[in-house]
Amino acid sequence: MNWKKFFKNLKMEEQGCVPDETKREFLKIGLIITGVAAGGSLLNVVSVVAEGLATSEEVHKEYPYKPHYSMVFRVDRCIDCELCVEACNQTNNVPEYGWRTKILERVDTKAVDQQRQFMPILCNHCNNPPCVRACPTKATYKDKQTGIVKMASYKCIGCKTCMVACPYDARYFNEEKRAIDKCDFCWESRLSKGMKITACSEACPAGVRIFGDLSDPNSEVYKIVHQMGKAVWVLKPETGAKPNVFYTIG
Amino acid sequence: MEKKNNPVAEGIISKEEFTQNWLQFLTEFLSGSKGFYILLILSGLIILISAMFGVNAMYVGYSHVYGIYREIPWGILISGYVFFVVTSTGLCIISSIGHVFGVKSLLPIAKRSVYLSVVTLLAGFMVIFFDVENPFRMAIWNALSPNPTSNIWWMGTLYGAYLVFMSIEFLLLLIAKYRYAMVAGLLGLISGIAAHSNLGAVFGMLHGREFWYGPYMPIYFIASAAASGCTAIIFFTYLGYRIRNERFDKPMELALQAVGKLWALLLAVLMFFVTWKVITGFAGAEGKVLAIREWLFGKYAINFWFFEVFLGLVAPFFLLLVSRFRNLNQMFVASLLAFIGIFFMRVDLVVIGQIVSHFFEYNVTDFPVILTYKPTLHEIMLIIGACALCVFSFLIGEKVFKGHHTEIH
Repeated sequence: MNWKKFFKNLKMEEQGCVPDETKREFLKIGLIITGVAAGGSLLNVVSVVAEGLATSEEVHKEYPYKPHYSMVFRVDRCIDCELCVEACNQTNNVPEYGWRTKILERVDTKAVDQQRQFMPILCNHCNNPPCVRACPTKATYKDKQTGIVKMASYKCIGCKTCMVACPYDARYFNEEKRAIDKCDFCWESRLSKGMKITACSEACPAGVRIFGDLSDPNSEVYKIVHQMGKAVWVLKPETGAKPNVFYTIG
Repeated sequence: MEKKNNPVAEGIISKEEFTQNWLQFLTEFLSGSKGFYILLILSGLIILISAMFGVNAMYVGYSHVYGIYREIPWGILISGYVFFVVTSTGLCIISSIGHVFGVKSLLPIAKRSVYLSVVTLLAGFMVIFFDVENPFRMAIWNALSPNPTSNIWWMGTLYGAYLVFMSIEFLLLLIAKYRYAMVAGLLGLISGIAAHSNLGAVFGMLHGREFWYGPYMPIYFIASAAASGCTAIIFFTYLGYRIRNERFDKPMELALQAVGKLWALLLAVLMFFVTWKVITGFAGAEGKVLAIREWLFGKYAINFWFFEVFLGLVAPFFLLLVSRFRNLNQMFVASLLAFIGIFFMRVDLVVIGQIVSHFFEYNVTDFPVILTYKPTLHEIMLIIGACALCVFSFLIGEKVFKGHHTEIH
């Protein structure tokens, strides 16, 4: 902990002492958080990344991982062709009874105009992953470098606590591996071999799945998340898991 | 050399005494009546059959024969595990009032309670053995790769210690070394309570699950364990005396009366707990409201109102009052009803926490808002098998240890 900074911030708690720059950054975040509503529910960005929404160099340094792998879904572009699911299944040997990524269908028959939307889901590689905290044997862990939530299958005792803990239904028991299986952003099958993006984002013909380094100002995910023009949100922010998978439109 | 190999037995009682004791147990066991052996064989057979179901499930794959699935990965086997270990911890808590904290009126129940707490814990372990996919890896990686933030890790480790302490305590009570037994009992109590509140926290610390999340679970688990302990003591002590065709002596009668009073108090405490769980639940987040509504007015309404509230709480409470804590027959009926109710409490506790779909707030067509779970024959047979294991061990215990009589000093 940076004590110097801590005490400095503490001193600045008094209203009159907040510098304009900080006020502006705070307002920016506030605008994005409160300005977004979809499907009747307020959707907001509350990942740790939210701290990084302002573009100042100082905040940028606080990304906990490097590269800080992340994915953004441009949901309105998804047509449910499921090429991503197919690519994932083939690349990662996902059995028929399981899935690492899935496309959900949202329907609102009372909505004006468009009444259907497809919503892809996968492991959110949370910064505060409930599954990692709950695992008794550290069979699932947060990679210290990349932030990817990985599996050490040989340690998995199959208690299924991580399945219950996950707010995103991202885990299943793989009988062949005798362990829980989940999305690892294609770390084992692709990224560790030098490839740059996941199989699903490569297979998507509509440019729905944008994969990249959230801490790199040149990456597309960075540009989408760090802007104010369009709404960006995460799923189930109330759990406090601080996911690294974002959703946007357009 | 021999002394080093067996320090406990050698240090506390002589070898001759030790052999004599075991011979006595054997002759006692062989002197049973016909009915005793029939019951014993019957429960043994049920254990065998359920073990076959368990082995079959292991061989075929749990997901093929159990009712659990991706969205509801914990079924009645977890409920069963909770049921048995709650009973075990409760037996430990209530009996410790006598033999650890020195309340003499509760001393007569000590030996049987400690013995049964070991038995019910083993029954719980049997159930969880057939629920965890890789039980053999558990022993290895629990030790080699511990996760101190995981409640499951703490629970498993502490229950392991608890089993050791309680077993040692029973052996010490058996050879009448009460001072040593008190120490073992205290260690057992501490590890048991720590383990059990961690079991509560396994549920209470899942921040993605609104129905469970919060400090309620670990606290409720301890209160609930104490109540279950009273239920088990009255139930098994009564049966023990009936099986051995003995009349209750005065100290035992007084002990059971004391347990009965304590139980009534704990039932009132549990009623209070359930009431506030429900009321606060209705004021909570939408996911929690959906779960509570399903529990009270949906598919689980019979479980809640009839089994949990009526059989588990209200009926035993009034039966206890009617019995004036003197009529042991009525108290036994109360404990029988409560046992059934408690099992349903555990089922609901585990299942209701998972029935609300992960994505209910997004109007998705892929999952219903409320998911369903139905236990299969394999799961039910394993629970029955664990119950049979308790009955089997209880019968042997009554016979071999001659009704667990305790001399009061």
